Amino acid sequence: MNRIESVFSRLKSQDKAALIPFITAGDPDSATTVALMHQLTRSGVDLIELGVPFSDPMADGPTIQRSSERALKQHISLKDVLTMVAQFRKMNQNTPVVLMGYANPIEAMGYKRFVEEASRSGVDGVLVVDYPPEESAEWVRHLKDQGIDPIFLLSPTTPESRIKHVAELAKGYVYYVSLKGVTGASHLDLQDVSSKLSQLRAHIRIPIGVGFGIRDEQTARSIAERADAVVIGSRIVEEIEHSQAADLLANVGALVESLRHAIDARSNHASDIG
Amino acid sequence: MKIYDLPDKRGHFGPYGGTFVAETLISALDELCKQYEYYRGDAEFQTEFFRELKHYVGRPSPIYHARRWSDHLGGAQILLKREDLNHTGAHKINNTVGQALLARRMGKSRIIAETGAGQHGVASATVAARYGMECVVYMGSEDVKRQVTNVYRMKLLGATVVPVDSGSRTLKDALNEAMRDWVTNVGNTYYIIGTVAGPHPYPMMVRDFQAVIGNEARQQMQEEYGRQPDALIACVGGGSNAIGLFYPYIGEENVRMIGVEAAGKGIDTQKHAATLVTGRPGVLHGNRTYLIQDENGQIIETHSISAGLDYPGVGPEHAWLKDCGRAEYVAVTDGEALAAFHALCRFEGIMPALESSHALAYAAKLAPTLRKDQLLLVNLSGRGDKDMATVAQQSGISL
Repeated sequence: MNRIESVFSRLKSQDKAALIPFITAGDPDSATTVALMHQLTRSGVDLIELGVPFSDPMADGPTIQRSSERALKQHISLKDVLTMVAQFRKMNQNTPVVLMGYANPIEAMGYKRFVEEASRSGVDGVLVVDYPPEESAEWVRHLKDQGIDPIFLLSPTTPESRIKHVAELAKGYVYYVSLKGVTGASHLDLQDVSSKLSQLRAHIRIPIGVGFGIRDEQTARSIAERADAVVIGSRIVEEIEHSQAADLLANVGALVESLRHAIDARSNHASDIG
Repeated sequence: MKIYDLPDKRGHFGPYGGTFVAETLISALDELCKQYEYYRGDAEFQTEFFRELKHYVGRPSPIYHARRWSDHLGGAQILLKREDLNHTGAHKINNTVGQALLARRMGKSRIIAETGAGQHGVASATVAARYGMECVVYMGSEDVKRQVTNVYRMKLLGATVVPVDSGSRTLKDALNEAMRDWVTNVGNTYYIIGTVAGPHPYPMMVRDFQAVIGNEARQQMQEEYGRQPDALIACVGGGSNAIGLFYPYIGEENVRMIGVEAAGKGIDTQKHAATLVTGRPGVLHGNRTYLIQDENGQIIETHSISAGLDYPGVGPEHAWLKDCGRAEYVAVTDGEALAAFHALCRFEGIMPALESSHALAYAAKLAPTLRKDQLLLVNLSGRGDKDMATVAQQSGISL
């Protein structure tokens, strides 16, 4: 059982939903990112999505675009991101780390070199926003060769035929984008999420995380009542953006603890994993 | 003649092209593919498209023999395909008419577009006014400052111009922002991409609409010169005017095809936009193609005196034509393009766009190496009125 499977299996036995934060690697700097990853685990997250900064983050809203720009100002490269994961792994062997980003930095490094170095650094899964399943056959083969989980997005507009295709390729968990739009937008319809999740569960046998548009404790709790994992990105990145260096870890820690508390207080959990 | 039938069903030109977008855009692109596949073969759609090109755009555009300039250069004869005479002054309108007609049939009431210099924005605002649609144009805030006149033109035509403040604040960032708008408003919104880049079906669809250039040229050359040219020359930013001219000639292997990129201040400097000449393959804006990027895969800011060539990617079909050797790609500098701009003004009384001046500059290099009975067909993709301030500034004159 790999780290991602272990985490979801533990949560299932505890009847809990996973809390997955997203932060951009190198925002505000490399040392803080590693410290933040440890802070996140102390504050109760189950898995960390670490954003790889890219010059043209097409699917992201302004908050995550700015975090990418802050990281790129310091010339944070994919190689640097892998170094951050390796540093985190020196002290933490349990919390899965999933890289999330765009295709071109990986294309520039080459699939083979990337998967080897990612595996050595302790990366557990990779989500490439602009590799849809149709373009992913070779990519997924490289990841699986190194035991890294390919994570895929599903959206409100994904038809059934494509859900089946993703079900065949995906490992670890799938990430359901809960609204039409970019990251950080704010019009999430819980009714829609519920009905789409039951459609997804007809084909997807691995845990389903929900993200995009989750900005407060109440929404987090409602999502936790429906999904296996709650992904929170822009809200946390905003906290990083607005914090003074001295308070950054404490502020993010407090925010994440309140979210943890909210999703653990869910009721009527209707998950049917596996 | 070999049969050329690219792209494949999923939009691949060999290893290039494809659909490299987030899941949230896939269903919109699938719908667009389905609708375009249908209307591509629909006689009524094609009839309306060509009627609009004739009566609204003013096609066919003539082929003009630049005799005085050719004599001066002392070699091959230079012929100009006069896309500068189209309504709105460039080839861009061929594509926006086609896509707006498609948008109407798809029931979309709002169109969005990205623009760099503003030419595609103006062409989009124009057709939106023509067909009574709402139009929003995304433009990098740097470009908004540099292209004040075109911004005003778009507003006169009823469009909303949204300045984009992210990234390098230029064309590529405007494209990112237009994609974000489309993802959010896909229900009522049609995204008109201005060049042969982006995810499938855009590179194929924009090529098909622009192919009117090459199809007309083949017929005109046969009628007026009794033969096809020895070489085609066109500037390449994203590459839509070039592919429009080249595509109908791909099977005619004795016709050379030469794409001319912007070498800016020189390809050995960091300030150029010569993607095919200097770049490496990667993935950006929904397709795999050559890109100007650093060693870590980040996209680098480009430079050209011509805003329409100032783009770090290039259409995937050009990437394929380069790799298989069917087309040649070269680059000319800002200075060479400016010299060609002035030459065409003085010898022919035609003021070319700075984009097209790159093609002219290469023609001026090539012509003297060829015989006087050889023919070079240069795509004069746009007129240069929009560039007067830039040219004046280069000569130290403020208007």
